[in-house]
Amino acid sequence: MFDFYFEIPLVIRLILQGLAVIMVIFPIAGACSMAERKVAAWIQDRPGPNRATVPWVAWIPFLGKFLQRLGVFHVMADGGKMMFKEDSLPGHVNKFYFVLAPIVAMVPALTTVVAVPFGAYFDAAGKLIPLGLAPLDIGMLAVFAVSSLGVYSAILAGWASNSKYPFLGSVRASAQLISYELSMTLAVLPVFLWVNAPGTEGTMGFARVVEFQSQPGFLGGMWFGFLMPISAFIFLVALFAETNRQPFDTVESESDLVGSFHTEYGAFKWGLFFVAEYSHMIVGSGVFMLLFGGGWNPLPWVSLATAVDFLGTFLPFAHAPLFVGILSIAIFMGKVLAMIFFFMWVRWTLPRFRYDQVMKIGWQKLLPLSIANLLFYAIAIALIQK
Amino acid sequence: MAVITVERKPLTFLERTYLPQIAGGLKTTFKHLIAPKKTLEYPEQRPAIPVGYRGVPTLVKDPNGREKCVSCQLCEFVCPPKAIRITPGEIPADQADRAHVEKGPQAFDIDMLRCIYCGLCQEVCPEEAIFLQNQFSMSGYTRAEMVNHKDRLYELGGTLPDAHHKWDKKKTAEEHGNAH
Amino acid sequence: MIAPAKPDLVTVNIDGQEIAVPKGTNVIEAARLVNVDVPHYCYHPKLSVVGNCRMCLIEMGMPAVDPATKAPIMDPATGKQKINWIPRPQIGCGTNVSPGLHVKTISPMVKDAREGVMEFLLINHPLDCPICDQAGECKLQEQATGYGRGYSRFVEQKNVKPKRTQLGPRVTLDDERCILCSRCIRFSKEIAKDDVLGFVDRGSYSTLTCYPGKKLENNYSLNTVDICPVGALTSTDFRFKMRVWFLKQTNVIDTESSVGANTVVWSREGTIYRITPRRNDEVNDTWLADSARVLYKAVKAADRLAATETIEALVARAAALFKSTPGAIAIVGSARSTVEEQFFTRHLATALKASAHLVSRVGQGDKLLISADRNPNVRGALVTGLIKTLPAQQLTDLAAQIDAGKIKAVVAINEDLAAAGLTAAQLAKVSIVYLGAHANATSAAAKVVFPTLTVFEKSGTFVNQQFRIQKTLKAVPAAAGATDDLVVLAQLVAAAGGAALPAELGSLWKVIAAEVPALATMTFANLPETGLVLDATPYAALPFVEGETLHYKPAQPAVAAATA
Repeated sequence: MFDFYFEIPLVIRLILQGLAVIMVIFPIAGACSMAERKVAAWIQDRPGPNRATVPWVAWIPFLGKFLQRLGVFHVMADGGKMMFKEDSLPGHVNKFYFVLAPIVAMVPALTTVVAVPFGAYFDAAGKLIPLGLAPLDIGMLAVFAVSSLGVYSAILAGWASNSKYPFLGSVRASAQLISYELSMTLAVLPVFLWVNAPGTEGTMGFARVVEFQSQPGFLGGMWFGFLMPISAFIFLVALFAETNRQPFDTVESESDLVGSFHTEYGAFKWGLFFVAEYSHMIVGSGVFMLLFGGGWNPLPWVSLATAVDFLGTFLPFAHAPLFVGILSIAIFMGKVLAMIFFFMWVRWTLPRFRYDQVMKIGWQKLLPLSIANLLFYAIAIALIQK
Repeated sequence: MAVITVERKPLTFLERTYLPQIAGGLKTTFKHLIAPKKTLEYPEQRPAIPVGYRGVPTLVKDPNGREKCVSCQLCEFVCPPKAIRITPGEIPADQADRAHVEKGPQAFDIDMLRCIYCGLCQEVCPEEAIFLQNQFSMSGYTRAEMVNHKDRLYELGGTLPDAHHKWDKKKTAEEHGNAH
Repeated sequence: MIAPAKPDLVTVNIDGQEIAVPKGTNVIEAARLVNVDVPHYCYHPKLSVVGNCRMCLIEMGMPAVDPATKAPIMDPATGKQKINWIPRPQIGCGTNVSPGLHVKTISPMVKDAREGVMEFLLINHPLDCPICDQAGECKLQEQATGYGRGYSRFVEQKNVKPKRTQLGPRVTLDDERCILCSRCIRFSKEIAKDDVLGFVDRGSYSTLTCYPGKKLENNYSLNTVDICPVGALTSTDFRFKMRVWFLKQTNVIDTESSVGANTVVWSREGTIYRITPRRNDEVNDTWLADSARVLYKAVKAADRLAATETIEALVARAAALFKSTPGAIAIVGSARSTVEEQFFTRHLATALKASAHLVSRVGQGDKLLISADRNPNVRGALVTGLIKTLPAQQLTDLAAQIDAGKIKAVVAINEDLAAAGLTAAQLAKVSIVYLGAHANATSAAAKVVFPTLTVFEKSGTFVNQQFRIQKTLKAVPAAAGATDDLVVLAQLVAAAGGAALPAELGSLWKVIAAEVPALATMTFANLPETGLVLDATPYAALPFVEGETLHYKPAQPAVAAATA
C-alpha cells in the first residue's frame, strides 16, 4: 500500500529520508539536553526542571501536569531562547573561522548518520533489507573517517576564539580525540575479522554485523558484546573519550578551562556545538549497539525474525514490512536511548579524570590492551574458521 | 608520642582496574535515581521554620495591641551594620493607655540591605519589642523598598504573648498610688 | 615618717599611696589626685557638702601614738607605725584631710557598705532606663555595675511619685527617679541665688518640688539637669531627642558674652542635640547659662544663607567691586569673629587701605556667667591690632562718611549694618560685600553675599574678658552652600592685592605668631584646653564695660552700661 513511495524519484526520496532522519536526530538531541538535566536531578534526589508550561496543554488533566513535571516545555523554552538570543560575535576573534567552527562541528556529526542503519524489514523473499540512508559497504570506515573530522571544529573554535582557555581546550581536545581513536579502531577489528570469514564477500557494513548476531545456535545468536567483552569495553571507553563525556570531559572541564573551546560562543552557535555533541553520542551509541549490542534484535539469541514469527502467532499484520520496519526501528532506538541514559548515568557517578590520567589511560592501558585483544582474536578466529 | 606507621593494603588486580568500584558507584547513583526526591518545591511548599530562627527583624505589639518599643535606641546602638535608625519621640499625655510609658518611636527604620540577621537587636531589647521571626524572604525593586518602616515592621511582627506586663503593672500602681 | 612637705600641704595615705594635698581638701578630691575614684552622688566639687547620699563611704584611720608619751606605736609584724582604723565607715566628702590620715577605699567593709547604700537607693527607683534620658551618663547605672546586686530583694510596691512635672520652662522633673541628693537645691541656693527648690514630706515619701507659686526659671536652671546624678531632672529641650552614647562631644566656646564659658557640643551626624558646660575653674567652673544652650539652633535656622554661585565667582565679583571703588571702602569687622578672622580682617583692611569699624554690644551683666559685653571677642580685635580703641554701639562715623559720599563700598563681616544704625537709604548708597551665616537686612542689600559658618562649624580662638585666649573646635560639618570664613577672607585678601594667607589653622598660626607680638609663642595645637592668659597691661587704660562675674573682677570701676 505504500508502493507509491517507491515510484517517487530516488533523489526526492533520499531527500525526504534525509529530512526525516534530521527531524528525528535534532529533537532527540534537544530531548537529550533535557534528559541530561532530569537524570542529573533524579540522581541527586531532585525533581529537576518542572516549571515551564503552556496554557492549553496545562489544562489537559493529568497529561498536562505530567508533561510539565517532565520538563518537556523547558526544552522548547531553551530552544526558543537559543534562537532569539543575541548572537554575539566577540571583537577579538577571527570572525570567519569563528563562525565556521560550529558548522564544521555539525556537518560530520550529521553526516555519520548516513552510514548507520537503524532498522530492517523483510522483503517478499524473506530477505533482510536494512533501513538506512545509505547502505554503505564501508559503513564502519565511513563512520570513523567522518566522525574524526569533528576534531577540526574544536581546533578551529579554539584557535579562532583568540583567547587562552578556548585555545588550551582545543589542544586538549585534539590530543584526546586522536589518542582514543586508535584504541577504538583496534577494538572493532576483531568484529570485522569474525564477520569477514574466509570465503565470504568482504564488507565493513553494519547490516552484515547485525545479521551475524541473528544466526541460530548458541554462538550464532550471541551478541558480540558477550563474545568479545574486551573489545566492547575498549570501544565503550574510547567512545566516552571520543564524545568528550564524563569521566573524559577534560576538554570542557569548567573548573580549569571555564568553557573550553566554546567559552567565547553563545546563543545559536553554541547550540550547534551542543547538538553536535549529542549527535555524536547518538551515532556512537548506535554504532556500539550495532557492533556489540545485537542491532535491532530484541534480545540475545532472539533475532528480529524469531520475534516477528512469534508475534505473527497472534498479530495478523506482524509480517507486514511496515510493521517490521517500525518494530525494528523502535527496538534499535530503545537500545540507543538506553545507551545514552548510560552515558548520563556514568556522568553523575564518576568524577572527571585529570588530563594526564586521560593520556595515560589512552596510551599506556587501552592501546596495549586493544592490541593484545586484536592478536588474541585474530589467532582465535584463525583457529576457529580454519 | 609514638608514630604508628600503617601499611597500606596492596590493591588486588580487580581493584586496580577500578571496575568493581565503578560498578558500585553506578549502583549507588541508580539507587538515588529511583529514590524519592528530597527537594522542597519552594513557593508551594514552605519549610517548617525551627524555633529560634533568625528571620527578618520585626516589631511586635503586646497582647493589648499597644506598641512595646519605647525607642531606647539600644538596638540602634548594638546593630553591627548600623541598619536600624530610630527617631525617638514623646507619647502625648492625652493617649490614655500609653501616656505613662512617656516615650515611643516616632520613626523606626530597618534597612534590610544592611541587616545581617545577627539578632543582637532582639537580644539587647529591654522591652522585648523587637524579634527576628520566621519571615525569611525579603525582596524589593528599589533601595527604598528594602527599608522597613515602622508600619511595615509592626505588620510583619504582629502580636506576641507577654510574660511581664511591665507597663500595665506600672499603670495599676500609679492608679492605686501610695498609702501616703 | 609622715611629715608635711610644705606648711600648707598635708600628706595622706590613700590605698597605700602617699600624696601631699592642700589643707582643707576632702578625701574624695584627695583620692582623685591618686586616680582613685570614690563613688558619690550628692557631693559636687563646686557646691557645699551635705553628705546625704552615703555612697562615698570609706574606711579611715590615724597612726597610733601612745596617749601618754605621744611616741608612735610600732606594729611588730610590719615594722611600721600601727594604724588605728575607725571601726565604722566614714563619708569621704565630709572628711577633710589631716596629717597622716590613712584611707581605704577598696576594703571589704567599704564594698559592703556601698552595696548596702546602692540597694537602698534602688528600692524605689523605677528602673526605667530604656526611656530615661540620663541612661548612659547616669551615676546610678555606673555605680550599679560596681556595687549593684543584679536582682531585687524588694517585694513591696515601689513608691509612686509625680512624673513629667514641669519645674520650669526648661526643666522636667521625674520624682520617682530622684535619689534626694539635693545637688539641685544647693545649686539654686548657692550659685543661682534663686532658692526655689526643696524637699517636702518625710522618709521614702520625700519629694523634690518647687516652692508653691514659683518656678525654676532662672537663666541657670539647666545646670540642675547637668548636676543631677540620675535622670530626675531632664532638659525639656533635649528630652527624648537622642541617647547620649550616640553623641560626639566637641569642645567649644560660648559666644554669648565676653565671659567665654567653656562648653561641650553634643552632636550626631552633623546635627547638634545639646550644649553642656565644660569645667574650667578659671572661667565658668562647671556652669553654663541656659541662654547659651540654645545657640546651636542657629546652625539649622531657616534663614541660613546658601551660595548659589561658586566661591571663585563670588570672589571675582567682590574683586571687581573693590577695583571700582578704590580708596572709598570701609570694613565692618566683628567682635563675634574668631581671632583668626579678625587677623584676616585686619589684613583685608590693610590691603584695601580701608578703615576698620567694629560694633559693640552691651547688655546687662548677671554677675555670674553673662557679662555686660555681649561680644565674645572684643579683646581679640585689640590683640590682633584690628582696632585700637573700644568700638561704639552705632556706626555713626561710617554713616556720616557714607552720607558725605566718601565711602562707596562696605565689607560687612558677620555684622548687620542696619542693626548697627545704618539706615536703608545709607545701605542703598553703598555697594556691600557681606560675609555671614544668616540672612538679614544687610545681606538683602548686599551686592555680594558670602554665606559663611556659625561658630559650631569652624575652629578658632576667642579672647575673653580675662584676656584668656581659648580655642573652639569644629563640632559639625559646614552647612551646604556655606564656606569657612577664613577661606573667604583669605581669597578676598588675595583679590584685594594683599599677602597670601593660609586658611588652614596650623599654617595660619605660624603667620599670626610672626605678626602679632602678643601671640608670638603660641600655636593653635598647643593652646591648652583651659586657655592661656595674655598680657592685659597694654590695654589697661581702655574703659571695658564688663562688671564683676564669676571669675572676673574689673580692674577699674565698670563704666555704667555705656551709652544705654
